[in-house]
Amino acid sequence: MKNTISERIADFLKNYPPFNAMEAKQLEQLSLEVIIIHKETNTLVFSQNESPHENFYVVNKGAVALSKAGSSQILDICDEGDVFGLRPLLANENYKLEAKAYEETILYAIPIKDFKPLALENKRIGNFLIESFASNTGNPYSIKHRGKLYGASSDSNQYSSDKILDLQPIKYSTDLITCKEGTKIKTIANKMTKHNVSCILVERDGLPVGIITDKDLRKKVATGEFPITATAKTIMSSPIITYPKELTLAQSQMAMMKSNISHLILTEDGTTDTKSLGILSKHDIMVAVGNNPAVLLRAIKRATDAKRLRGIRHGIMNLLQGYLDQNIPLGLVSKIISELNDASTKQVIQLALSKMEEEPPVQFTWLSMGSQGRGEQLLNTDQDNAIIFEDVSDEKLEETRGYFLKLGERISKMLNTIGFEYCPADMMASNRSWCHSLSEWKQVTAHWIHNPGPDEILLSSIFFDYNVTYGDKSLADELSHSIFDHANHYPQFFTHLASGALQNPSPSGFFRDFLVEQDGEHKDFFDLKLRALMPIIDAARVLILSHSIKSINNTAERYEKLAELEPNNRELYLACSYASKALLKFRTRQGLLHNDSGRYIALDKLNKEEKIKLKRTFKTVKEIQSLIEVRFQVKNLMR
Amino acid sequence: MWPFSKKKPLELPDFWWAYEEHFKEKLPEDIRDNTFVVLDTETTGFSFTRDRMLCIGALKLLDNNIVVKESFEVYIQQEHYDSESAEIHGILKKSKKESISELDALKQFLVYAKNHILVGHHVMFDVNMINAALKRNGLPKLKNKTLDTESLYIRTLLISTVVQKKERYSLDDLAKKFSISRKDRHTALGDAFITAIAFLRTIEKLKPQKLKDLLG
Repeated sequence: MKNTISERIADFLKNYPPFNAMEAKQLEQLSLEVIIIHKETNTLVFSQNESPHENFYVVNKGAVALSKAGSSQILDICDEGDVFGLRPLLANENYKLEAKAYEETILYAIPIKDFKPLALENKRIGNFLIESFASNTGNPYSIKHRGKLYGASSDSNQYSSDKILDLQPIKYSTDLITCKEGTKIKTIANKMTKHNVSCILVERDGLPVGIITDKDLRKKVATGEFPITATAKTIMSSPIITYPKELTLAQSQMAMMKSNISHLILTEDGTTDTKSLGILSKHDIMVAVGNNPAVLLRAIKRATDAKRLRGIRHGIMNLLQGYLDQNIPLGLVSKIISELNDASTKQVIQLALSKMEEEPPVQFTWLSMGSQGRGEQLLNTDQDNAIIFEDVSDEKLEETRGYFLKLGERISKMLNTIGFEYCPADMMASNRSWCHSLSEWKQVTAHWIHNPGPDEILLSSIFFDYNVTYGDKSLADELSHSIFDHANHYPQFFTHLASGALQNPSPSGFFRDFLVEQDGEHKDFFDLKLRALMPIIDAARVLILSHSIKSINNTAERYEKLAELEPNNRELYLACSYASKALLKFRTRQGLLHNDSGRYIALDKLNKEEKIKLKRTFKTVKEIQSLIEVRFQVKNLMR
Repeated sequence: MWPFSKKKPLELPDFWWAYEEHFKEKLPEDIRDNTFVVLDTETTGFSFTRDRMLCIGALKLLDNNIVVKESFEVYIQQEHYDSESAEIHGILKKSKKESISELDALKQFLVYAKNHILVGHHVMFDVNMINAALKRNGLPKLKNKTLDTESLYIRTLLISTVVQKKERYSLDDLAKKFSISRKDRHTALGDAFITAIAFLRTIEKLKPQKLKDLLG
């Protein structure tokens, strides 16, 4: 007899092959036999070489990663509606891969004994199975393999390539098409057409001075702004951005992302004063690698729903893993990953905005706080965010807030869908306390500064790392001004902020041994975030804020700036910058290894070298702590 | 009456004794070895004396698994009838669903629940509703231990005095937070299912090892 739950299951299954080929009655019967399984993150569904279960699985919620045992390379990710673990059951052989919950997952386990008769009876189901397995016969577990059938290629596939961005010099075209500044536009267009290129280099005395692309012709000539008889000089983009010829793939991608351009000119020594050697286009890079930030970025910008973005984000994690495997400098890695995180958030906001019934009543700014604000969010961690909206009249205030709360809720839900956990302390724009008008924010922050209790300090330390992700930057700038105004009139605030930075428990004990958690869920684990990362991040914040600098949020960059501002402490600051990068890398590695936030580390799993590296950073942590203790006279406060 | 009532011979039916018998067994210590009965009742209102249960829905959770076939869903014949509430639940007095007497429903539920821990959202409401029905039928109260998903959920939230926390969290709030579809909201078994998923997600956050960590 069917019940509410089996009806719900049937309702879900009927949308996906092969169940969509079944008759309602059959599906109803089958649904009744289902076992619903909840899998915590990183728990096994089945392991490699295990004998086949009595059921195969359909992902209802979450995602399951298929991989070879002992390899961190994920061969496939099964998403909502995907079937897996079916083939071994039909072929009567052991599982060839291991299946692990990639995130919290709900599975429907379908007994093979109930499914098989239906499959034999129903031709469409049979075909589905044959097609799906036939496509895998050559190399059944190739990268491209999916539990999916009908060759349904999902977007996530194209990012799961194991090709990792390498540091090989990139190939560029040396066959340069050039013209002079005085060349007529018509001549240029003919020349470009003849050589079938999308851009032409403008030279003066053999040195590059400008570039003309298809886009320039379209925007400046076809619009009638310039006649086709005008000269190259009038429409070229100049000055041009040049790089040395020994450019690596990673560098060239960064360069393009940074300046938002699609062509790089390579010259003898990287300046415009030497002869140009070649042109590197975005396309060249695309061709060179399948899995790279530019492709991902483009995919993000083109994503039309949160589900697609989620798939892309699996690709980002893959990329991150690759970077770390290749030991690419963390500064660069965190820039790229932050850029991608930022782009995902931006896209989510745009999507959410387009789904709102009305346009925003006034300008607003979306702030990312905490690790995302600092550009240190390499793994998918919690979302911390806030909204500032333009001041409105009192009677309109609540109505306007209502709009932005709704928007905030929508955005934060979508962010959750694509992999950013909700903030457990509810510090999100969907909460009224984090969705204020500009003048309200000024009041709130002023209140924190003038009444620096432990809670206010905690809030300040999270909030003051804000970074504009979307919207009107001037709102955030005005808020920053107001904050510094108050802070400078009330220097005590820095003392309190500094004391907050000293609150964290020490990483090591008297004999330089690690201090581990004494109780709770993470007993005997080392809390990397609380004991090592936070002190160094907190110290950077109070130091840089005391210099009234708001534009730098990244901890490593803050220390670099501090080294510049205070030459006498240069060495310590640089050590801190290094330590913060090392710790972040450590955390990221651990996080990727265990598919979690990387915060808690099992010390017995570390090798000697890793332990020594960690301990070295502790020394720096202690030094910077004593520096702020003295500078901000925290001792006086404690008395 | 009271000093004597203790002595009064108990004339309870066999199914009650069978139910009581289960409690001689101790519950397993490990969470994974425990079966949880996640339940929800649909009622005609909120009064324990005046209102009646329309439906009891429940499912069993063992080591993260729910066997669909083993879910429990009974509709109860109505004497007392409140038209307002019926609109919410869509259960009309003479609905086409097969319904059974209150006593039969209780009997079946006791057989189903055994000594397992009862889990529900605002579970005491459901338990008290069942207890009221038991009383009407001359039976003692339920003996099962209970867990409330609202209080469990609140335990997962960070304790901070500044960020305002809501006092109450409805099943809808939880469903939203854990992105659980609310399609079958207001059917007893549908709500029980939502509660079960919310329970699992909460448990994953709290990561208790032993049963006593949860009950404590």
